Amino acid sequence: MSLHTTLRAMPTLLRVGFAEAVAYRAEMFIWVLSTTLPLVNMVLWMAVARTAPVGRFGQADFVGYFLATFVVRQLTSVWVAWVINWEVRQGTLAMRLLRPISPLWAYAAENVAGFPMRLLVAVPVMVLSVVLVGSKAVPQHAWQWGFFVLAVLGGWAITLLVNIAIGALSFFLGSSLKVMEVWLVLFFVCSGYMYPVELLPAGLRTLINWLPFRYQIGLPVELMTGAHDWREALVLLGAQWTWVALLGVLTVVLWKQGVKRFAAFGG
Amino acid sequence: MVRRYLRLLGIQLKASGLLALQYRADFFTEGVTSFFWTFTALAPLFVVYGERPVVEGWGFGEALLVVGWFTLLQGILEGAINPSLTGVVEHIRKGTLDFVLLKPADAQFLVSTQRFLPWRAFNVLTGLGLFVYAFVQLGRAPSLTGVLASVLLLGTSTLLLYSLWILTVSAAFFVVRVDNLTYLFTSIFDFARWPSSMFQGVAKGALTLVFTYVIPLALMTTFPAEAMLGRLPARSLVGAVVGSVAFAWVARRVWLRSIGHYTSASS
Repeated sequence: MSLHTTLRAMPTLLRVGFAEAVAYRAEMFIWVLSTTLPLVNMVLWMAVARTAPVGRFGQADFVGYFLATFVVRQLTSVWVAWVINWEVRQGTLAMRLLRPISPLWAYAAENVAGFPMRLLVAVPVMVLSVVLVGSKAVPQHAWQWGFFVLAVLGGWAITLLVNIAIGALSFFLGSSLKVMEVWLVLFFVCSGYMYPVELLPAGLRTLINWLPFRYQIGLPVELMTGAHDWREALVLLGAQWTWVALLGVLTVVLWKQGVKRFAAFGG
Repeated sequence: MVRRYLRLLGIQLKASGLLALQYRADFFTEGVTSFFWTFTALAPLFVVYGERPVVEGWGFGEALLVVGWFTLLQGILEGAINPSLTGVVEHIRKGTLDFVLLKPADAQFLVSTQRFLPWRAFNVLTGLGLFVYAFVQLGRAPSLTGVLASVLLLGTSTLLLYSLWILTVSAAFFVVRVDNLTYLFTSIFDFARWPSSMFQGVAKGALTLVFTYVIPLALMTTFPAEAMLGRLPARSLVGAVVGSVAFAWVARRVWLRSIGHYTSASS
């Protein structure tokens, strides 16, 4: 399981993953349609902002914010936790463990391979956002684009690592789907997915800055809509990538401990 | 005839009840998760009403009633409707629906009663709790006629929800992989969290029309909440009853057509 084999297997893994994403495009489409929650919230906040702006948000700003949320969710979504739970229960994880490459890389590769398909959804929504809101819906300068890409990558990494970590809990718990549900609830409430975090009271905001959720969705969205100057953005990106590192260590440890307990049935 | 079906229903309920008693730990996990999901439904409410006392004619306490109805219906959906109809999809995929069709009872009745998850009723309790809290916030009690009207509307809402589901499941005869459609369905149902008039400001009220007449979400949560507040016009009440019966009739027609279309996997 050396670095060399992993690197050599990557192109194949990506190609297989991409073929899968293309084969199941109808499912992908339905998944996209079912992430309409940002749109519900967009309409709702437009109603709230109809008479007067909320904080710095007018109606148009809310449209920009929630379309950005939609885009970032498409780009960073991961459902490996469910896959791992399924494979542990069915015993098919044994097949993966037999291969000379860590399943963690395989999960990551499968997810990355879907990226072209996600862009196919995300880019038109970005264009729509520019049409509706004007050029301030997307980053203005090159450095802002760079930061935005970094933030999306970080958000994706956090989501992937948490998914694998919670998936690995199923080695200990039998099923960790309920844990995932609790994580999702906290994610919805704290990530800026349902409302911009800056509308929360100051105390709560400080707490949320310390938690990982905001860095999954909120930060990329804020960088896409240009909410921070470069100094602030840099601090927040630092916090985000610190979380990526921490979760990376935690995930690998949890996975290694978990796999030791795995006794395949069937498979 | 009616007697026979009542007895059948009794048997099916008993079977599900016994199954639920086997997994008593679910009682607690369902309780906790129901509590958490209610929290996500409430979080945006608190944020919105932290900004404005009244949005589109709905105060905090009044909007809380809508969330209460949403939670209650979610309990019915997840506890009584979802489980058995997800079973139909399994049947269609495996080709075992033949066994159901061969039985000397109505197929729609059999598939809709095949499985209940009684512990999910926790959502119903949470919904009732929200009603109490909402009326404490409003500082008054609901009128007797209001309560009676809302109980009647509970019937029509359940009928609507069930019919919508039957329509979704009928789609399974044509597209087979429908478990994604269930996500789609729940995400559209998300719009029902908010009073329908919240959507008035968007697209010149087209959204409100859609949610009243095409996908009757307004009838499910907004109408009962208004009835409790004693401000639902009698005309709307009659409209809801007639509308939901008509909707159920259409769903029944579509179901019969789809059954006719069904060719089993084995033959």
